[in-house]
Amino acid sequence: MAVLVIAEHDNASVKDATNKVVTAAKAMGGDVDVLVAGSNAGGAAAAAAKIDGVRKVLHADGATLAKQMAEPLEALIVPLAANYDAILFPASTTGKNAAPRVAAKLDVMQVSGVIGVEGPDTFVRPIYAGNAIITVQDSQPKKVLVVQPTAFKAAGNGGSASVEMTAAPAGPFKSAFVSEEMAKSDRPELTAAKRIVSGGRALGSSEEFHKVLEPLADKLGAAVGASRAAVDAGYAPNDYQVGQTGKVVAPELYVAIGISGAIQHLAGMKDSKVIVAINKDEDAPIFQVADYGLVADYKTAVPELMEELTKAGV
Amino acid sequence: MKVLVPVKRVLDYNLKVRVKPDGSGVDLSNLKMSINPFCEIAIEEAVRMKEGGGGHAKDSATEVVAVSIGPDQAQETLRNALAIGADRGILVKADGEVEPLAVAKILKAVIEAEKPDLVILGKQAIDDDNNATAQMLAALLNWPQATFASKIVLAGSKATVTREVDGGLQTLDVDLPAIISTDLRLNEPRYASLPNIMKAKKKPIDAKTPADYGVDITPRLKVTKTAEPGKRQAGIKVKTTAELVGKLKEAGVI
Repeated sequence: MAVLVIAEHDNASVKDATNKVVTAAKAMGGDVDVLVAGSNAGGAAAAAAKIDGVRKVLHADGATLAKQMAEPLEALIVPLAANYDAILFPASTTGKNAAPRVAAKLDVMQVSGVIGVEGPDTFVRPIYAGNAIITVQDSQPKKVLVVQPTAFKAAGNGGSASVEMTAAPAGPFKSAFVSEEMAKSDRPELTAAKRIVSGGRALGSSEEFHKVLEPLADKLGAAVGASRAAVDAGYAPNDYQVGQTGKVVAPELYVAIGISGAIQHLAGMKDSKVIVAINKDEDAPIFQVADYGLVADYKTAVPELMEELTKAGV
Repeated sequence: MKVLVPVKRVLDYNLKVRVKPDGSGVDLSNLKMSINPFCEIAIEEAVRMKEGGGGHAKDSATEVVAVSIGPDQAQETLRNALAIGADRGILVKADGEVEPLAVAKILKAVIEAEKPDLVILGKQAIDDDNNATAQMLAALLNWPQATFASKIVLAGSKATVTREVDGGLQTLDVDLPAIISTDLRLNEPRYASLPNIMKAKKKPIDAKTPADYGVDITPRLKVTKTAEPGKRQAGIKVKTTAELVGKLKEAGVI
């Protein structure tokens, strides 16, 4: 069996999600190759070659792949699929965008949001925003999986696979990149962060959201997240959103401030190692999943927490 | 411009999901079913293109056709779409689970017959959470796609679409005809007014079957078990922030 993992990367290096999807691929058994599709992505290809357990890195480099859009990725991956029994994408917006396109071209029904690999053809995934977990048997000769990276441990970086160049697709394509507006932040990225400070509607305004959460996040070296309620109310941008309709995260520490804990939010963070909840409503559902709950008004609790962290040398 | 909007009937957003005790699936008996929220956003956007709204010139869309693939009761989902303002509906009757690949194949055939200039779909259904149909449909048609849209600007033979991506927003141009999938912030769907609900009852709905389009809907994937998610144990309540910091130190996370 041979498995191709589509790397999540920014051309310069690979994201941790790639190492995690490699772990899922290894659990299927067989050889694991990694595809780095990008533009001037030599750095990412070299980094992918170091991931433990990778047989070979395929590196496609060209202007058409600069933004890793769905059409060129389809054109690149579909012919490569002939050499593989399974193709695994990370459940990033790039992976979710391209995977079904590749699957349909191969006449394959993909398995989305895989959180467990029980064998070469048996996978576990959530449905209904994580309110039910199904085991899926996929007996199609070729498989396309979208893997939830947070559900797998990252493979190490002690390998030395070879890197093989493969041609980038030429185009033209019927979609063209115009521009992007990436949130600029010195804080870690939400899905890769080891610590997350997240705020809910109780924060009451955009100004308050940033004023309260950012200093605490910076103190902890944490990313900032938000509940859907806070995003819908306009307190935080949508890419902060943690939950079924936003990002799925599993940091070592998740601090939920003024978040009630709607099921759709819990679906996005319940696999965090340690959950802290600060909420003045003692009946808030968030306390049912929190390891440490503090029933208090965030207005007093967060400044106090900052002080205590300083005292503790954080 | 003709706009086609597929819509899915799903368990109502507000209802609690119950796994059957024997692990054979999710219990949907006697529960309220509604239009998938992302599909509702898709219909709203198409209707705004027709009425003029949400930044679209009036009559940007000249006709809005809603399609649903599902049981007889999916007709209610179509009526819901018609009440928001779609002009007519197509019900492709299919009982049981229809996977996104089969849905995409049926929609491809519908599109070849209807020849729309734009197809807007929800990015995912809140039951199976696949996030696949729009992209699969685009691939089968060899059309460009713009998924997870938070803004659509129509300009002649192109659409400029802003997409919600990890870390921010991405804007791209797609040549029409194209497939667009909706994200949450594209718009806020209206509540259908009573007169419009009444009017919707008189709008035509065509009835079809997958066989009419020559599509085999046999599922490719077999669900062998459905289980409740593992429950996380509630921890302890701390009294002070000092105690909290102590606990976090003990746990080794700070």
